[in-house]
Amino acid sequence: MQSSFSLSCSQATTVPRSNYTFDSLPFAPSKPINLRFCGLRREALGFSSLSRSHFRRGLQLHTPTRSKRISASLVDNGSPPKSFDYDLIIIGAGVGGHGAALHAVEKGLKTAIIEGDVVGGTCVNRGCVPSKALLAVSGRMRELQSEHHMKALGLQVSAAGYDRQGVADHANNLASKIRNNLTNSLKALGVDILTGVGTILGPQKVKYGKAGFPDNIVTAKDIIIATGSVPFVPKGVEVDGKTVITSDHALKLEFVPDWIVIVGSGYIGLEFSDVYTALGSEVTFVEALDQLMPGFDPEIGKLAQRVLINPRKIDYHTGVFASKITPAKDGKPVTIELIDAKTKEQKDTLEVDAALIATGRAPFTNGLGLENINVVTQRGFVPVDERMRVIDADGNLVPHLYCIGDANGKMMLAHAASAQGISVVEQITGRDHVLNHLSIPAACFTHPEISMVGLTEPQAREKGETEAFEVSVAKTSFKANTKALAENEGEGLAKLIYRPDTGEILGVHIFGLHAADLIHEASNAIALGTRIQDIKFAVHAHPTLSEVLDELFKSAKLKTAPSMYKLVTEVFNLWGRLKLMFQAR
Amino acid sequence: MAQLLKTTFLPSSLPRASTVRSPSIHISTHRSRTTQVEAKIREIFMPALSSTMTEGKIVSWVKSEGDKLSKGESVVVVESDKADMDVETFYDGYLAAIMVEEGGVAAVGSAIALLAETEEEIAEARSKASSSSSSAAQPASTSSSAPEPSQTEKIAEPAGPAISKAAAIVGSAVHPASEGGKRVVASPYAKKLAKELKVELERVVGSGPMGRIVAKDVEAAAAAADAAASLAPKVGTTVNPPSGIELGTVVPFTTMQGAVSRNMVESLAVPTFRVGYTITTDALDALYKKIKSKGVTMTALLAKATALALVKHPVINSSCRDGKSFTYNSSINIAVAVAMDGGLLTPVLQDADKVDIYSLSRKWKELVDKARAKQLQPHEYNTGTFTLSNLGMYGVDRFDAILPPGTGAIMAVGASQPTVVATKDGRIGMKNQMQVNVTADHRVIYGADLASFLQTLAKIIEDPKDLTF
Repeated sequence: MQSSFSLSCSQATTVPRSNYTFDSLPFAPSKPINLRFCGLRREALGFSSLSRSHFRRGLQLHTPTRSKRISASLVDNGSPPKSFDYDLIIIGAGVGGHGAALHAVEKGLKTAIIEGDVVGGTCVNRGCVPSKALLAVSGRMRELQSEHHMKALGLQVSAAGYDRQGVADHANNLASKIRNNLTNSLKALGVDILTGVGTILGPQKVKYGKAGFPDNIVTAKDIIIATGSVPFVPKGVEVDGKTVITSDHALKLEFVPDWIVIVGSGYIGLEFSDVYTALGSEVTFVEALDQLMPGFDPEIGKLAQRVLINPRKIDYHTGVFASKITPAKDGKPVTIELIDAKTKEQKDTLEVDAALIATGRAPFTNGLGLENINVVTQRGFVPVDERMRVIDADGNLVPHLYCIGDANGKMMLAHAASAQGISVVEQITGRDHVLNHLSIPAACFTHPEISMVGLTEPQAREKGETEAFEVSVAKTSFKANTKALAENEGEGLAKLIYRPDTGEILGVHIFGLHAADLIHEASNAIALGTRIQDIKFAVHAHPTLSEVLDELFKSAKLKTAPSMYKLVTEVFNLWGRLKLMFQAR
Repeated sequence: MAQLLKTTFLPSSLPRASTVRSPSIHISTHRSRTTQVEAKIREIFMPALSSTMTEGKIVSWVKSEGDKLSKGESVVVVESDKADMDVETFYDGYLAAIMVEEGGVAAVGSAIALLAETEEEIAEARSKASSSSSSAAQPASTSSSAPEPSQTEKIAEPAGPAISKAAAIVGSAVHPASEGGKRVVASPYAKKLAKELKVELERVVGSGPMGRIVAKDVEAAAAAADAAASLAPKVGTTVNPPSGIELGTVVPFTTMQGAVSRNMVESLAVPTFRVGYTITTDALDALYKKIKSKGVTMTALLAKATALALVKHPVINSSCRDGKSFTYNSSINIAVAVAMDGGLLTPVLQDADKVDIYSLSRKWKELVDKARAKQLQPHEYNTGTFTLSNLGMYGVDRFDAILPPGTGAIMAVGASQPTVVATKDGRIGMKNQMQVNVTADHRVIYGADLASFLQTLAKIIEDPKDLTF
């Protein structure tokens, strides 16, 4: 290891870059290659590692070369080091960090990722991934328990039951499998995984280390903060991890309570209500806003409430805060004190078997050393501009520092973090890129699913008002879809919010079978700027659920000529062809 | 849309007492029996949103009970086969009672709510709805719209509003943390079930953790209430031929039986008492023999006699609808219980005091035929003001009847049989005697009222010349 290290440092061999063009890269033309002897690394040689040195886990400190460099940087009196250990360091190996790392490697950056916990972050270990395992179980349970549904299909099933541990194991196994996949993909691509809690020391400089071990200091040209978030626990709530739990505990499914209160009726709460009711629990929602499912398009929310809440063993209290939640102990149940959200008056006390706190997530930015670079968080979130560049206390951009994912709070979704990461990598490799957050879809994996992209109807109408354009809405029902009816799942609605003058898609909301998979046609259209007048001619296989969207686009009533754009291009094409013909003659 | 919707609110100058609700729109023809209420209560019907629509699902009520509505406002969202549509009201008024809850399915043209013109009528409309809404609203069930069951189930529901909610009286739940029983701790599903099964949670003892009421407690309470109702010696409930019963099975109620069950449970909320009387029927029997050939039936004779006695005792023909007042009915409508396959019906002999005995007998025959064919119109089975129940033909000499909610009294008539009696002149004689037993609502009818009514009735029967005019 040492030899490889010194070799790579002393050699300054110029290697031609084979894979990528670096025309826009500011400092790329020639770089020392890093000769390594371990097989795995060698494989990765083709597309990674431009660094002159690299530090890995367990590497000893105080190697001569390294101390020299540090002293060199110290001599610079706090100014950024001139040569870097890495091109890019990502703090946090969640889905955002992983996405950024993958893209960085693709772009030829020498990349390291610092992770203080396990690779995969919230999504893989305590979020989207294990919850999908539980929801897969709940979906099947629901189907098997629905005698009416089964009968309608001509099926006979004797009583469905489940083994809690088996279900929990499935979730756990899925998480560890995905975690391994993620880890392996990072390793295979030659991304260094540095274990420890990362702290920013100064511009382009990060320290990391585990408790009880000496800290390591690494430098990088660019740094991405991707530390994610943790479940938000409101004050007055005492989480004991057994009867008063957050999603972190709930996903382990250590017990299935008879009656559980879910505080918060957003995505997380809704998905858990689906799981718990399918497994036989009864659920009470406590929602601070006046309406369940805030954040969803109101119409979709109403329909979802009709399907996901009302017929199930769920009741709810809206417009109330859970001001105090005490875990069960000494034979007493979990007690939840409810106060009116507006008047703050004591309203009710609930006594239940368990309480799940699903009031959202708080950024995990403590101990990140942001004070070292004069950055002040806002409610814990790292302030960033539209390009994810971190803004300091004086409102100036902090050079070479980016923040993606839940930590910046722009859009707290795993795939949004990943998209932001990719956008940042694009920027640091010389291509300006601004992510359109309105093209990022979101999904809630209840049965049936809810998905959305872009604006909700009220948001679109408000925007239309301020920017003076007309907003139209088109809707189609799953009831008219052959495939949905074949599955006996006709309950559902797709809703398109658009500009009738230009054909621009402002938002699409779907509630129905496989809605989460269906949304991407719409999100891609928004991302690529495809207009309704063009997408409506796209062909969908029959019979598929995607025809719901097909019909949706076709039902939109536009006030524009079918496609001015097409007309113009046609004319140009014709002109070009004529020209060619003349030339040929 | 608007055109379609206009058909959804048919004005029907419904008199208070009648719970006329039927799939077809023939309400406005219904005869007004009571005159004391002048204002209108309108029914809101399930609109036909398309030509093929036969039933609609209530998506949500935009307004809630008691809300003031003005013409053109949307009241309810109805789901058709393609989309959800807002249904607007065509009249000003108050949404008095919602009869089909959210998620419920109702046939096109059937009533889904009542609209009161003034605030004063809200309570009245509500009570009207409560006696019938349970049968109409069957959330998420495919349809309650088949005309036959919906008719028959109403047959079993006696006229008039229910007085109180059904209650499964099993005891009172005193949850340790319920602040002395003020607060009911029930699980979400238990609450839903209680609403569905019309069980008052306050009366259910919880068996869950810390005395919490859980679903099975509610189910048990509902079952207990049903059992209590089925044990009650209600006429005709046991006439099923034994051959049709498969032993060792659990057979769910038909809609009619379900309605009977609900009504029986409801009746528990009425404080009743009973007064019996022995009536000599020699003269009546003689009269019957004489005019039997003219098609006169014993039922008609008894109904006529009862009606004539009621003329003199209007309080026995009254009822208590709200726990605060007497409702003196203007007509004397004698409902007579008839055993039917799997249940019972109460065809009504209207204005029995005024119609002559021959017409009454013909009317009775017609009603029975109609009942057997399940073709009774609502006003022919739910407008009774006094009920007669006769088990004499089975040789029963005395029994006790349950008071149908919404009426003041019911009379159980036993068999008339030769009895050895001591006559006034000190001899021992033989007379035909029958025992009658009246169950009455003690809120409006007191012991002395009933006693003097029975005395009058006995006089009429023992000297039946007035029966034939």
